Amino acid sequence: MIPAPDSWITPCPPERGGGLWVEPGGFHVDPTRSVDRAVITHGHSDHARPGHAHVLATSGTLAIMRARLGDGAGLSQQPLPYHQPIRIGEVTVTLVPAGHVLGSAQVVMEWRGSRVVASGDYKRRFDPTCDPFEPVPCDAFITEATFGLPVFRHPPVEGEIARLLHTLSVFPERTIVVGCYALGKCQRLIAELRRAGYDQPLYLHGAHLPLCALYQEQGVELGDLRPATVADASSMRGGIVLAPPSAMADKWLRRMPDPLPAYASGWMRVRARARQHGIELPLIVSDHADWDELCQTVKDVAPGELWVTHGSEEALVHWATTQGVKAKPLHLVGFGEEE
Amino acid sequence: MQAFATLLDALAYMPSRNGKQRLIADYLDHAPDPDRGYGLAALTGDLSFTAAKAGMIKELVATRVDPALFGWSYDFVGDLAETVALIWPAPPGVNHPPPRLSEVVEGLAAAKRGTVPALLEGWLDTLDATGRWALLKLITGGLRIGVSARMAKTALVDWATANGVEASVEQVEELWHGLSAPYAALFGWLTGTAEKPCVADTGGFRPMMLAHPLEEADIQVLNPAEYRAEWKWDGIRVQLVARGTPDKARLYSRTGDEIAAAFPDVAAHMGFHAVLDGELLVAREGRVAPFNDLQQRLNRKRVTAPMLRDFPAWVRLYDMLFDGAEDLRALPFDERRRRLEDWFARTRPPCMDLSPLVPFTDCDHLAHLRLSARDAGVEDGAIEGLMLKRGDSAYIGGRPKGPWFKWKRGPLTADCVLMYAQRGHGKRSSFYSDYTFGAWRGTPGDGGELVPVGKAYFGFTDAELVEIDRWVRNHTTNRFGPVREVAPGLVFEVAFDSVHRSTRHKSGIAMRFPRVSRLRWDKPAAEADRLEVLERMVAS
Repeated sequence: MIPAPDSWITPCPPERGGGLWVEPGGFHVDPTRSVDRAVITHGHSDHARPGHAHVLATSGTLAIMRARLGDGAGLSQQPLPYHQPIRIGEVTVTLVPAGHVLGSAQVVMEWRGSRVVASGDYKRRFDPTCDPFEPVPCDAFITEATFGLPVFRHPPVEGEIARLLHTLSVFPERTIVVGCYALGKCQRLIAELRRAGYDQPLYLHGAHLPLCALYQEQGVELGDLRPATVADASSMRGGIVLAPPSAMADKWLRRMPDPLPAYASGWMRVRARARQHGIELPLIVSDHADWDELCQTVKDVAPGELWVTHGSEEALVHWATTQGVKAKPLHLVGFGEEE
Repeated sequence: MQAFATLLDALAYMPSRNGKQRLIADYLDHAPDPDRGYGLAALTGDLSFTAAKAGMIKELVATRVDPALFGWSYDFVGDLAETVALIWPAPPGVNHPPPRLSEVVEGLAAAKRGTVPALLEGWLDTLDATGRWALLKLITGGLRIGVSARMAKTALVDWATANGVEASVEQVEELWHGLSAPYAALFGWLTGTAEKPCVADTGGFRPMMLAHPLEEADIQVLNPAEYRAEWKWDGIRVQLVARGTPDKARLYSRTGDEIAAAFPDVAAHMGFHAVLDGELLVAREGRVAPFNDLQQRLNRKRVTAPMLRDFPAWVRLYDMLFDGAEDLRALPFDERRRRLEDWFARTRPPCMDLSPLVPFTDCDHLAHLRLSARDAGVEDGAIEGLMLKRGDSAYIGGRPKGPWFKWKRGPLTADCVLMYAQRGHGKRSSFYSDYTFGAWRGTPGDGGELVPVGKAYFGFTDAELVEIDRWVRNHTTNRFGPVREVAPGLVFEVAFDSVHRSTRHKSGIAMRFPRVSRLRWDKPAAEADRLEVLERMVAS
């Protein structure tokens, strides 16, 4: 008798570590508090928290955790290459690319013939800065639903980059300041700008520098990057600056000559979101699967059942049910809509 | 359609006027004819569609999308056209190119009833999300992108001028109502490939002559004998174009918008043949009502019988541009005034009168008249100040410096407490520069509370802005997106032209043209003004 997935993997209350608890393996996946044994899907701060005793992740994710968390990255850190199975307790664990950010992985877990995939965050689009998502057939597939409504369909990234460059040509005397998340989004934007043939220097907020350097060390080409803080303001006129979204509201912005605020995020698909932030150029670029990608992934993985977490769970559960896939929301606490 | 959609999208996000005009110029540069003519007409509000309604769009989307998913999505997005644009599932394998704007405009105009849904469906299938949004906004008639007709025409002229064609907004406005979308003749002229179009008398708008504010330096050199004075009425400027029968009557606002349909009580009495300049007011038995009454009649497409009864419109005339077919604009003001008086004595149209000339002896006397402008007994308090017009001035469209001055009465002021600050746009995007301020209801410290009475975002220097911004950041008690709530502690002396009753504001009052006149760092918040002080200022 093959065990039911929910008999051995369960959402864990925050006071006992949070994230997912894998009983026969004695470990958590993406715990929200410090625990003894943690498997981490990727380096975003709501998934990779500080202070665990033992951390298992890809070498890319571990490097990111060290860069962001320093000593908090884990007392013992064990890198695991993609596709290489390892035994933890009674459970066999394999990491498979998730296509979200550098080092991001789905956690494939097998126990007594039952296979569960915790996909963490993922997307299906091409991304020059990380390995593409691979569907793994399984008994239970745990999916995010950040953009789990059919209004979220991210347009091709090439078109968004073209809009950015067109705006630059209409307002050559202004500085386009693009708010973007420091890990993943920033580097992908840079790589896509380079792919579109933009070879001018790009200026970075201080918060973006270490991770860009890390990506470059990991072999991702990003071209000429300069710190915006020391650059001569006039040299940034007509150029592009990348900064964390929080800096857009900050006094930091004042050093830019006539800044034109842009924001790269899947949320920019909804106009009210862009207006709330006072954005003049919303760019719909996301590290997360859009509605079509979520649906396509459910079809590709063809899981025995679908567990839906952080986002618009009810809509994706509803859709999966109409497709004949058994689905339920999984109420995990502590995962934000940041991207 | 796609290029026009990109333009609308960019305009919707662009806060600055200059930026909007640059975006429009960029569109005019790149869009082919006749699309750009239709695009321009959409921006000036000269396109209207009656075939497509919100209900039809809802029915269309229901044939494509699971109702539960649509419901959750609509709840999240909050706007019907936007939700439909985003959720519309493009069928695989569509290899039609998206429609051009001209195809949409001409197609809808020619469509038979009942064929519109299929037409719309075909377009939605080929457009992308931005294109679908623009299409739905265009046909349901709510662009809401912050572009006025005047701004679009200014952008058009700036674009033509940049390409070496000499043109002015006044010229374009004078032609405008004689032309129609897609404005082939207009673009021919503005691209230098054809002569300026000739337009017959079609009841078109004549650009209005506007006045400069009178400044200290002007008063020193002004020769009182050369000028005539009138009261500056607190209504809206209108141009009456009458061509013999009321059904041909046109009523234009200062920006050339045609508003006769909203004022049938005025149009009904325009059976004469003339072009007149005057102030639109609400008046009962010859007594002018406060501006707030007029406000009830503005920005409405249709007007109800109770509104006509409760807020009757009135026009106070002060200039004559055409008497019959005779163009008087080149004549001196004194001569036009005489013609206006003669014409009025002959015609005596109901619901109109003449704005009287105000006699004066010298500049001191003028200054005294201006100060009295707020006195209750003077012209029912319906005046904003004085107008000064040189007796020999021709009627010149635009704002020539010298012939006409406006001298507004001094503002009212109140000490108000800063309550909320919002980040600005563009150069001010990192500064909290838009302020909501309040007055005390009840006694501060003894159950009293601040209620918002107005909003202002100018009146302070850049250096003061930096100081206010720092203060806001250090006294924030709550955040809502780009807005910060602050502890009561900073007092602004706020200047404003008048106060009116308003049911839309918690305080029950609304200010006209509020601006920050002074920062009262020295004044404790508890000593700021009470709401009663403002209530006493309400124009009766």
